[in-house]
Formats: sequence, structure tokens, C-alpha cells
Amino acid sequence: MAVLLTKESKIICQGFTGAQGTFHSERAIEYNTNIVGGVTPEKGGTKHLDVPVFNTVAEAKKKTGCNASGVFVPPPFAADAILEAVEAELDLVVCITDGIPTSDMQRVRREMKGSKTRLVGPNCPGVLTPGIGKIGIIPGHICKPGRIGVVSRSGTLSYESAVQTALLGQSTIIGIGGDPVNGTNFVDALELFLNDSETDGIVLIGEIGGTAEIEGAEFIRTWSGKFKKPVAAFVAGAAAPKGRKLGHAGAIVNSGAETADAKKEALKSAGVEVAETITKIGEAMKISMGVS
Amino acid sequence: MDIHEYQAKQLLSKFGVVVPPGEVVYQTHEAENIVSWLNEEKIIVKAQVHAGGRGKAGGVKLCKNNEEVVETVDKMIGMKIVTPQTSEEGKTVRRVYLEKGYEIEKELYFCITVDRETGGNTIITSKKGGVNIEEVAEKNPEEIHKLKISPGGDLLTHHARTIAYNLGLTGVAAKKAQKNILGIYKAFTSLDAALIEVNPFAVVKGGDVIVLDCKASFDDNALYRQRQVAEMKDENEYDPLELEAARHDLNYVKLDGNIGLMVNGAGLSMSTMDIIKYYGGEAANFMDVAGAATPTRVAAAFKLIYKDPDVKGILINIFGGMMRCNDIAQGLVDASKEVGLDKPLVVRLEGTNVEMGMDILKNSGFPIKPVETMEQAAQDIVNLVKEKK
Repeated sequence: MAVLLTKESKIICQGFTGAQGTFHSERAIEYNTNIVGGVTPEKGGTKHLDVPVFNTVAEAKKKTGCNASGVFVPPPFAADAILEAVEAELDLVVCITDGIPTSDMQRVRREMKGSKTRLVGPNCPGVLTPGIGKIGIIPGHICKPGRIGVVSRSGTLSYESAVQTALLGQSTIIGIGGDPVNGTNFVDALELFLNDSETDGIVLIGEIGGTAEIEGAEFIRTWSGKFKKPVAAFVAGAAAPKGRKLGHAGAIVNSGAETADAKKEALKSAGVEVAETITKIGEAMKISMGVS
Repeated sequence: MDIHEYQAKQLLSKFGVVVPPGEVVYQTHEAENIVSWLNEEKIIVKAQVHAGGRGKAGGVKLCKNNEEVVETVDKMIGMKIVTPQTSEEGKTVRRVYLEKGYEIEKELYFCITVDRETGGNTIITSKKGGVNIEEVAEKNPEEIHKLKISPGGDLLTHHARTIAYNLGLTGVAAKKAQKNILGIYKAFTSLDAALIEVNPFAVVKGGDVIVLDCKASFDDNALYRQRQVAEMKDENEYDPLELEAARHDLNYVKLDGNIGLMVNGAGLSMSTMDIIKYYGGEAANFMDVAGAATPTRVAAAFKLIYKDPDVKGILINIFGGMMRCNDIAQGLVDASKEVGLDKPLVVRLEGTNVEMGMDILKNSGFPIKPVETMEQAAQDIVNLVKEKK
């Protein structure tokens, strides 16, 4: 089985009847994702896209048995929506929303301590398992079933990675998002892929800012013997100036360890095949796996 | 979002933090009144620009009498401050801060920042303040103390006490420092700050502990609920093109090169800058056409880049899952007509109706080169801009 999503996953959408929630739920349904309902306060009892709408996540869980949610709620209310899903004890919450205040995410981090729910995002493209389904905004048609796990901070670069690994195909694509404080990080995603019998190789796409890539490299360094998988990586932002925020709230270099070069070095020294440009990530994956 | 030193001090004082008495002036004649009103023996005149390293660039001056203050203000207003953190042209001084000068006994360092690893905050302190903290970290890492506050947690009295002791303070000075530290932390969390750096955090003659210089930066995502901070934005500190981009909801950052970029997605935009550098060119900007890459938004973004006089050629790199390439191409051709395109333009589109889009670009009659891969696009634009020189 692939990671995070399975054939048994029952998925709801929070912010279901909004423009974004509607559009991307339609795409998910087209991709044969098992969307069992949605949540929009004050619209409970109605139907949307042929599935029921509920006022609360708890009610949705009671009536549908859902275990995963995609959050498309606007930034001021998104942290609360995440915590509502956490309190309803869903297994997986994927938050797509971009623009959540950092202190709201710090609060989420505190409330989630000891929780069994996994959070992916925010400010991410979501999760997609070819042949199973998707939560989020990753275009289904560019992904092919296969055995490469992709984990990326950037949405568009996860798409590039999917296109370039089309021949090998993907087990699951995980967008962990570009915010400074998030849920799932590189180490978590690497661990999932390492333990997944349907993943043979891993593509890791990082960027400037923070040190999550370096922590990922440290984790990869501990792999040995049977518990080892080939990893190819790219880190965006080698040409980025210091102290300027580039698009993502978390993409800013404040210290030497946060540069693309420092991260590439850390990954290389952990045995990762590092692509010098994003256009070479597919090739790097092949080199790393020893296939031509 | 960054604010000026004097604004940061205004905010901190509302949280009970001790800052020197001072006033900001925009014009020389204002200084004449303020200096007599302040009635201090020594006045420090400080240029207010968003850039570190002002002191070495002549932006900070200690004055011993009123005439000297007025003279200094007159010189400073309108002058250009060039520091390692500014462009070569530097930043024009439009506001000057006058504040009481002290006899300093100890210069310390105090900083709060978001800890991305734990999701909490980190407080960084050092006895070696008043100098570049990165140099201290490099040469004397044992002189840097870090205290981590758990996600969403408060800074408690015992934390403040530990920090004061780490700063080498005892007795009354430690007590005074603690009060300031608690106030600064309260300000940080209440105002959705991303960074508050006090350097120096000083013990002055007479025993007071004071914030002598301060840099503060705030979470852009939280400005909607921090009106008093949002209103402190000084538009003069931004590149005019960056301000225009912000009005169109485009993520744009002006850079030093000559190849204009328009890309969808922050990661792809950074990677496009990187690949241009890899092939020997340099990007004139970072540009993420955030959100849906609709023809209207693409056209608006294109016109903005075209306006930049540093741009000698443009590369468009759009990877659209859902959007239709023919619509984007038509938007680009219409925008090219409007600006009378005469700079090389290389376009890589990926998405639905790619062939239709490519045909529209090929037959436009403008110097537009559609290409299939990002690799090719980067090489082509670097070469075209070089040929043009």
C-alpha cells in the first residue's frame, strides 16, 4: 500500500461549498477519490456535488465515518478548521490554505501535541496517490502509478517532479508546504516512504529558509542495510538574495544554514543524489536508483 | 513587514519596555522645537531607513548641543545611506529620529524569533552586544545563549530570570532587565511579530536597562488583524514596482540581474532564477503569479516586468495543471501589442492546449520564442540577452 491515502480512505472537504472547495472537490471526484461529504457551517443538511454537507466535522464523522479531510477554509479561520478536525480525531488533515498567521500555526502545533492526527501543510498542494485518490490541488493527469515517493515544499516543483518521473511512476506525492510552521516535515515523510513496501525511491524537493532539509539529511544518514532507499533531491533558491522572502512565507534566508548551497551539501554528504537544476531531478532519481 | 526603529520603540513602550525619550522629524525646522523640548544634555540623531549597518554609513551621530543637532538633521535628511544591506544606490533618508544619549556601561544582545524546528519561539541572547551578532556566533559561539519557548507558550518569570543571568546581570539590573524582557516577549506575541532584535540592550549609567536600538519585523499574514502595525508601513522603503505588484496580488521581488521572469508558483520561480544563473545569466526579479494564472493576471504581470528598465529580455515559465495555454498565449500577445514588445521574449508553457498556445505565439509577429522545455527556455533567454549587448 502507498502512504497516507488508501482505498479505504473516506474523505471530507472543509470549506466544501466555497469556490476553491467546490472546484477542487470536483477535480478530486473526477479522479475517483472517495469524497463522502463536506463541512460548511450553516449549510448542514443540504447536498453539494451529490454528497451531504454537515455543519461540523464531528457530525460528518458520525454520519459518514470519514477519516481524512482537506481544508480549503480562508486564512483567518483555517487554524480553527484544522483543530476542529483534530478534535474529531480524523487520521489525516491536509490544509491547502495559504496565508495563515504563523502564531495561529504555533497554536495548532501546541494543541496537536500527543494527538493521533497527522497534519499535512498548510500552504501546500496536498497529497495524491495515483490510482487511489487525492486531497488538494495536484493535477491528477500528470501523475502516474508507480514506485517513487515525492515529498516537496513547493507545489509546482512537485508537479515538475511527477512529470519527470512519469516512466517510473509515483507511489504517493506529498506537498508539505511553504510555511515556516507546518505539520508534516521532511523527516516524517521520509519515514513514511522508507517504511512503505510500495515505494522504491524518494524525490525530495526543498527550498531556502529553515533547516528542515538538513534535518532530513541527518535522518537519511542513519539509514542502513535493509532500511535504506535511494533519494534524489533538489533545493530551490541558489540564486536567492539574503533576507528577501520569495513567495512562500518560509522561503527566506536569515542565516548560512538556510541557504540552498548549505542544504545541498548536507544532502550530498548523506549520500543523496542532488540535481543542480530542477530539470534534472528525474535523471538524478534514475542515477540514484541505478536504472537508465 | 519591517518598520522603522522609532516605530518599534513606540510599540515596545506600550508594553512597559523602557526606551529612550525621543521624537521623529521629517524636516529640519521640526528639529529646532523638538530639541529644546527634549532638553537633554546629549542627543543622538539617527537616520530612519530599513537597513542594518547605519552607524558605519554615517546614519547615527551623537550631538552635544542644540545647534549641532539641527545641523546634523539638516545634513541627514535627503542623504543616501549605503550599507551592505542596501543596493549600491543606497536608501534616501526621509525621517530622522532624535533621542536622548546615554553613558553606556554594558552593551548586550537580545532577540526573539520564530523557531521553525519546534514551532515555538527562540530567544537568542549574548553578553557581547553592540556588534554584529553573526560575527559573535562565528568567533565565540559559547557567547550565544538560546532559550526555546514551546509552541504557543508564554515566557515565564523564571525564563526572564535565566535570560538576565545569562546576560551577566545581577541585583537591580537583573530585575529591570527581566521586566523589559517580559514586555518585549508580550509585544512579540501580541503583535504577531516575526522578529524583534534589540542590539544593544544596554545597561546605562545610573543602572537603568534600556532598549537602545531595535529592529522589528512582522508576519505579513497577520497584518489584517494588526492594524496599528500595518499602518506603520513606509512605502518609501519599497521598490515602486514591488508596491505595484502587491496591489495586483503578485509575489514580486526586484533583483540585480537583467532577465525579467514571470512564473507560476514560488518554487518554480526560484528554480527558474537558479537555472538562469546556472546558464550564466542573472534574473532581474522573482515573480510568482500566485493563484490562478488567468490571462488577465498574466497580462498584468507581464506589463509590470516590461516596465522595469533593467530588463533586457523576458522569460515566461508557466506550468499550469488546469489552465488553458491558448488563453494565456492570447493574453501575452495582447499585452505585447499594448507595450509594443521589442525585447526578446521566451515562453515555456505546459498545460492543456499547448499546441494551440504555441501557434498563437509563433504567429504573433512579435519577437516571441515559444519553447518546449525549461532547460531550453533558460539557455535561449540567456543567449538572446547576451547577443543584444
